[in-house]
Amino acid sequence: MQLTLWTYEGPPHVGAMRIATAMRDIHYVLHAPQGDTYADLLFTMIERRQHRPPVTYTTFQARDLGADTAELFKRSVREAYERFQPTAMLVGASCTAELLQDDPGGLAAAVGIPIPVIPLELPSYQKKENWGAAETFYQIVRALVPRTPIKADTSPLSSDASARPRANLLGPTALGFRHRDDIKEVKRLLELLGIDVNIVAPYDASPADITRLPNAQFNVLMYPETAMQAAQWLHKEIKQPFTRTVPIGRNATRRFINEVASLANVDPTAALHELDTSSRAAWYARSVDSTYLTGKRVFVFGDATHALAAAAIAQDEMGFKVVGLGTYSREFAREIREAASRYGVEALITDDYLEVEQAVANAQPELVLGTQMERHIAKRLGIPCAVISAPVHVQDFPARYAPQMGLEGANVMFDTWIHPLMMGLEEHLLGMFRDDFEFNEQAGSSHLGHLQPAAADAEGRRAMLRLVAARDSTEMSRPESGATHIATDDLSPTDESDTATTRPNEHTNLAAGAATTSEPAWTAEAQRELGKIPFFVRGKARRNTERFAAERSISTITVETLYDAKAHYAR
Amino acid sequence: MSSPLPTAVPVARCREEKPSVHIPIHRERGQREVFCGLTGIIWLHRRIQDAFFLVVGSRTCAHLIQSAAGVMIFAEPRFATAIIDDRDLAGIADANDELDRVVSRLLERRPDIRMLFLVGSCPSEVIKLDLSRAAERLTKQFLPQVRVLSYSGSGIETTFTEGEDACLASLVPQLQVGTAAQSSEPSNLLIVGTVADIVEDQWTRMLTTMGIRNVQFFPPRRSGDLSRITVGPNTRVLLAQPFLANTCRMLVERGATHIPAPFPLGVEGTTAWLRAAANAFAVSDPAFENATQAARARGMRSLERHREVLEGKRIFFFPDSQLEIPLARFLSRELGMHLVEVGSPFIHRQIMGEELSLMPEATRLVEGQDVDSQLARCREARPDVTVCGLGLANPLEHEGLTTKWSIELVFSPIQGYDQAGDLAELFARPLRRKHLLEPELPVREALPCN
Ligand code: SF4
Ligand code: SF4
Repeated sequence: MQLTLWTYEGPPHVGAMRIATAMRDIHYVLHAPQGDTYADLLFTMIERRQHRPPVTYTTFQARDLGADTAELFKRSVREAYERFQPTAMLVGASCTAELLQDDPGGLAAAVGIPIPVIPLELPSYQKKENWGAAETFYQIVRALVPRTPIKADTSPLSSDASARPRANLLGPTALGFRHRDDIKEVKRLLELLGIDVNIVAPYDASPADITRLPNAQFNVLMYPETAMQAAQWLHKEIKQPFTRTVPIGRNATRRFINEVASLANVDPTAALHELDTSSRAAWYARSVDSTYLTGKRVFVFGDATHALAAAAIAQDEMGFKVVGLGTYSREFAREIREAASRYGVEALITDDYLEVEQAVANAQPELVLGTQMERHIAKRLGIPCAVISAPVHVQDFPARYAPQMGLEGANVMFDTWIHPLMMGLEEHLLGMFRDDFEFNEQAGSSHLGHLQPAAADAEGRRAMLRLVAARDSTEMSRPESGATHIATDDLSPTDESDTATTRPNEHTNLAAGAATTSEPAWTAEAQRELGKIPFFVRGKARRNTERFAAERSISTITVETLYDAKAHYAR
Repeated sequence: MSSPLPTAVPVARCREEKPSVHIPIHRERGQREVFCGLTGIIWLHRRIQDAFFLVVGSRTCAHLIQSAAGVMIFAEPRFATAIIDDRDLAGIADANDELDRVVSRLLERRPDIRMLFLVGSCPSEVIKLDLSRAAERLTKQFLPQVRVLSYSGSGIETTFTEGEDACLASLVPQLQVGTAAQSSEPSNLLIVGTVADIVEDQWTRMLTTMGIRNVQFFPPRRSGDLSRITVGPNTRVLLAQPFLANTCRMLVERGATHIPAPFPLGVEGTTAWLRAAANAFAVSDPAFENATQAARARGMRSLERHREVLEGKRIFFFPDSQLEIPLARFLSRELGMHLVEVGSPFIHRQIMGEELSLMPEATRLVEGQDVDSQLARCREARPDVTVCGLGLANPLEHEGLTTKWSIELVFSPIQGYDQAGDLAELFARPLRRKHLLEPELPVREALPCN
């Protein structure tokens, strides 16, 4: 048993739903109790889809157990077929039905409907959402792609030289982070290379489209989390190679263009030229205004694809410093570990939200790039944050075009990541004139009127202190938030108000935390001096000073210690 | 199974059999599109402030609560899931030992917790993990600091709001047993069901003004207050929420008397509800008038603005919280709406008796659910307002229907006189909004399909 507060991923059948919901003309009959129908709202509310997911739940009840859950399942299959007239059907069980061992695949076969029925075995007590999505997509591809070897004369590989090469885009799903827009962006890259798109799958693909996957020379693997298995199978079975580079960021996009060009045997020059001349992000990063971004400490957490990409962009394209890198995708732990060692940090492979929170607090970053969960963590700690990966909430399905991939993706990320930060000159002015009654740190960035009100900053710092203090303590108790927000609230950006809520038991917790810490104590004067340092570097100053003191066994930090440490680390 | 609740239909000692059901109830069976009882944790954990809810279930259960709560709770919430994994199922790890370990870790982290609910789920029920035994064992271990109780919020046994019923029922044995006094005079009024604090305060003021002094609310705001609530032969039980049949039955089994009443939704409902309490405590008419008259007038005024929007409009209820019948009664009688269909997951004939006698004769009442045929009827009828769950709302909006999310009705203060206007507004707002955005009436096809 694992104690879980928030989960990064849902159960594997939700992954299957992400595939089914992305597709057309397919239906998923899920053996599950009524409460599992909550999953519909992920798609209709969070992603604001205009149709119900194509899922029929059997919604068996206690009185059905033992008696006729199998019969119920068969009836559901029959009725779903008649009502929705799909051209292929997925059948499977959620966690509860898995325990009943009704064998959805066998039962569905017994019903004998005249379309392909694809049974899904998704072990709910071992696996999670992304795995479920990947497995489902793989099973669909395996079941529907004709395995008869392609005859030489009809093979796309041998088609006449004048025809443009064709590629499939694999991996985009429903509820994916910016998948909708990434598709468009990758199509644009392929267009620049003179390559046609054969099929995009599973997004908007029908079962019939899946059977046509072989009509392409190669596959663009957009999201390894959801399509690696299918891509590998297609490679093995019908000799379709696939791309290894995910084009997120300018450098990766460049590598992607080259990789695709060599797979398709086309000239990359035009596409590379476009990349070099039209990227605003490249110029913005180089412009003098961005000097203040240099060496900003960034903590990165997300699914493996987006975390890897974000870390690379942060370090190489923004000039930040990666101080933390992690993922909840255990399947890709190795890749993350390799990357982390390049940045000289320890990889964080976990799906425990509390562990991530602790790691962020310890790293004291100036910017967090993460998921919806890290957004909360960052808000609690008073650190700016941008979202780079699923799971995300309704506000991260924007109405506007906002891809992560390709040329425009790089621009979008530049804007999104910079947005929560303080502008360069503003930073200096704050440092110089700290007590200006309206232009001060507690007023927050001038371009973010609503963010970081005084209470939020104070709260954030207290939360940070508490978490840091808790590092050495065995016991960690935490206060409650002000207000519960429910899904119905999410359409309005009211969650900001949380940060301003006072928390009555905060101080006791802080005291308890402080009592158990063994870190050097600050004199009141040194504390005040620390308070004069702008808040966005204060965390770093505190951390450095404490480390400096600890290394020299200084038990009391004075103003002198503070400046000694500053001088020490300035070298 | 860990459920402390016998599932038999309660009739035994209930005194006010008044099955005045004159309207036929259509029963439907098929796919249900409702939450399970775990969802109740979202409001219960806010209500009982020193309680923690530990779901013993699967990743699905954890994901359900987090999705229904919108992942918007900022700090560490007072609920969590002990996710059963394959080691527990294969018997490699003893599920009970594992549970003890998780609970110990949790209580270490949260020394502020006084009451811990182990909440059963479908998986824990199916593998027959005995949570009531576990609760006893853990209570022995952690008393006096923490009391551990258990109930089931599983989807195979409970529908949405029934989770609160199961939770409250598990609390009933914690209440103080009232001894039978000499006289049969009522001694205390016990109002049962979670309502917003503000609503509670309004009622307390009003009932005190009438002269009913000993008013208690169940569940209380802190678990320590449970022992201050008395249940005995002189206790009168008034339900503030309709979905509490098991809790009601258990209170009645302890000698309490249930006061049959409509539910305090709308001005009429609130008056009848308060009136029923007043009658049970022999409050005089002038005293009742004096206590309620101002608020009642205020409530009526607050409805006027919304009646302009709602009068004559047709409304369709998908089953959700069991609040559908009282809501439909309010909308039809006080705001002049036409009821196309009123679906409810379950209709308790006694609890709903008073409500049903107020319903328009021709109302189509449906108990249970078959979501696809309901959708077909709804599309066919094209009501002006459709009350439905979060999974259905946007798709129906896309089809040009105007919807109201039913879940908001469980999470908002809607009971009592001073909230009657707010309640009406919840139904009027979608119509007002539609009119603002599409004064000419929509060209649906123009919307992009995503
Ligand atoms: S229906 Fe059952 S398995 Fe599903 S979330 Fe509810 S309790 Fe968990
Ligand atoms: S309303 Fe309460 S007292 Fe009456 S029959 Fe139902 S459970 Fe029994």
